Amino acid sequence: MIEKSWLIPLLPFLGFLINGLGRSRISKKTAAVIGSASVLCSFILSVLVFFELQGSAETGVTVKLFEWIRAGSLQIPFSFYVDPLTCVWLLVITGIGFLIHVYSAGYMHADQGFGKFFSYLNLFVFFMLILVMGAGYAIMFIGWEGVGLCSYLLIGFWYKNDAYNDAAKKAFIMNRIGDLGFLLGIFLLIATFGSTDFTEIFPQAAGFQSGDGRLLAITLCLFIGAVGKSAQLPLYTWLPDAMAGPTPVSALIHAATMVTAGVYMVARSNILYALSPVAMTVVAITGLATAIFAALIALTQNDIKKVLAYSTVSQLGYMFLALGVGAFTGAVFHVMTHAFFKALLFLGAGSVIHALHDQQDMRRMGGLKKAMPVTFLTMLLATLAISGIPPFSGFFSKDEILAHAFSRDPLLWVLGFAGALLTAFYMFRMLFLTFWGDFRGTAKEKQGIHESPASMTVPLILLAVLSVVGGFLGIPEVFARQAHLLGGFLAPVFAASQEVLPAMHVPHSTEWILMGISVLGVLVSIGMAWSLYVKKKRVPAEDTVQRSGLVAWSYHKFYVDELYQALIVRPLDALSGFFYRVMDKRFIDGIVNGVGSTILAFSSTLRLLQTGRIGSYLFYMVAGIILIFLLNYLIF
Amino acid sequence: MIKNLEDTLQTIQSIPLEHYIWFSTALFIVGVIGVLTRRNAIIILMSVELMLNAVNLLLAAFSVHHGDPSGQVFVFFIMAVAAAEVAVGLAIIVMIYRNTGSVDIDIMNKLKW
Repeated sequence: MIEKSWLIPLLPFLGFLINGLGRSRISKKTAAVIGSASVLCSFILSVLVFFELQGSAETGVTVKLFEWIRAGSLQIPFSFYVDPLTCVWLLVITGIGFLIHVYSAGYMHADQGFGKFFSYLNLFVFFMLILVMGAGYAIMFIGWEGVGLCSYLLIGFWYKNDAYNDAAKKAFIMNRIGDLGFLLGIFLLIATFGSTDFTEIFPQAAGFQSGDGRLLAITLCLFIGAVGKSAQLPLYTWLPDAMAGPTPVSALIHAATMVTAGVYMVARSNILYALSPVAMTVVAITGLATAIFAALIALTQNDIKKVLAYSTVSQLGYMFLALGVGAFTGAVFHVMTHAFFKALLFLGAGSVIHALHDQQDMRRMGGLKKAMPVTFLTMLLATLAISGIPPFSGFFSKDEILAHAFSRDPLLWVLGFAGALLTAFYMFRMLFLTFWGDFRGTAKEKQGIHESPASMTVPLILLAVLSVVGGFLGIPEVFARQAHLLGGFLAPVFAASQEVLPAMHVPHSTEWILMGISVLGVLVSIGMAWSLYVKKKRVPAEDTVQRSGLVAWSYHKFYVDELYQALIVRPLDALSGFFYRVMDKRFIDGIVNGVGSTILAFSSTLRLLQTGRIGSYLFYMVAGIILIFLLNYLIF
Repeated sequence: MIKNLEDTLQTIQSIPLEHYIWFSTALFIVGVIGVLTRRNAIIILMSVELMLNAVNLLLAAFSVHHGDPSGQVFVFFIMAVAAAEVAVGLAIIVMIYRNTGSVDIDIMNKLKW
């Protein structure tokens, strides 16, 4: 089955072709069936691949398809590499991807661009699968760029709205900054190892000294790529704006899969990072800073999707913290659990938005508990999971990350714990504002509130089940020996780097205490949210109200967009304006038009020679011949 | 008869080459002046023929002078081509005459600028 794994990305691509080419002829129902079925088939194949890989003794299988690039000594075959790490991502992408496809069929049913939407979604799944299945960085880069393209297309899906188009362009441009770093990293890899294939690079890299300068340069360049794609400081501002896209897109691309591509890439290159302690520190600090920074912003946002967007940025920060402290398994684990509960949260938010007819402002919601029981319950479970309440999935993955952070440096743990408190607060703030209290919208909106159709609630329920039980794949040592199924499955992928890195050494008693503190802290945090938003029924102030102090900073997203505007966009604008007015208009246009008008002036005089009188032509001819003879005689 | 031919050949060969050159130059110049000064298209065509034949004469003269017959072969080629050219030229002139009622080249000055 593994040999046939190229079918996994091919099926969504076929779905894209059918839906894309025939979107004017295919009915909505057929488009939804084709789109979902292709991803479902991929999911089934992924499950088969997973079981075969688990049963086999090999750690990774390379599926060579054809030779792609050959230049000098460099050879880049087009091949796929399937190992446990790829397998985890395959299951997450196709599994959650399928659920979101089904959900989209309900969510987008009234949209004109239904077929287009499904074809883009399928194209995205195709590229994402290429990204995680590529056997080398070059193939990964194809997927990397492809998902960026699909992200752009889907953020700007409602292309008649200028603001949405701007958001799409912003996402694309910020990703390009990261992509440049990734590309430089690939070139450095080629220069250092003479190949882009994982199976050739990693064994070679294992022979390098720890702290090697070349590895440091490579890992930092690759990390810039990850920062762009996974929305870390300082390139994160595109992700909150990307919420302009339809909600299923936010769930699939901007929460569950694409934004975790950076985590995948770093986890895949674990041996390179393990050998560059400086890069590891950079990764950890960036991740932690992003986790707290985004959590602070999320505290005061009032758009339900914006809260989730900043929450995603923050959770991605945790994943990078995990990578940076060497907890690669923990990072992958958190990617997985996060994919479950964050996709669920987005889809739940989409369900709410759907019921309220595109109302996204939480100040206009409230009291939806009764009217939308399924949405409410599933979102409650997801919120408990993301807050880290045992035994929900988020608890296990977050605890694993924090325990590793503690073993590296207790300060990292303290900051990570603070981030977790913020997470619990803003997530429950969102939940309370949306589902508790009285409805604050218009009476007309109130009448229209309804629970979403089955095509939307069934994916919600399935994801809720995953959010609840997903954590049991990675039960830590303190609870039971050898119960970390995911860790056992992924062990061969990270074996080489675990030899290099210092082993985690946290006594079980300490881990119990840490766990206790974090759960207690989270409960207190939830209690604070409860007292503020349920007991005191506080509703965030309107946009027009002047805020002060830290609240204002948080509400205005720490003015980062304004800072970029002033530091980068404005100067660039001014510079391009200068080049347009002076260099282009005056200088370049002057030369081009000058040449044209000179020739025009000459020709308008010269054309008068063509009199039309044959006699004068004959005269010119004879005069010319005589001239030639004379010149011939004079010169030679 | 044969003696006569040889006599003629001797007579021709006894004429110095310069005479031929001067004569054909004169013919050529007459042709050029005819082309430049006359306005009747037929006369111009005839003057062109005159120039052509001046060159033919020169070719034949040099051919005899060098004892190489290929020059004379060339003359025949030129004659054949000239005949074709005259046929085309005259046809054009006939067409012009039918359209304008004149063969004056100064009338035909529409093709300009």
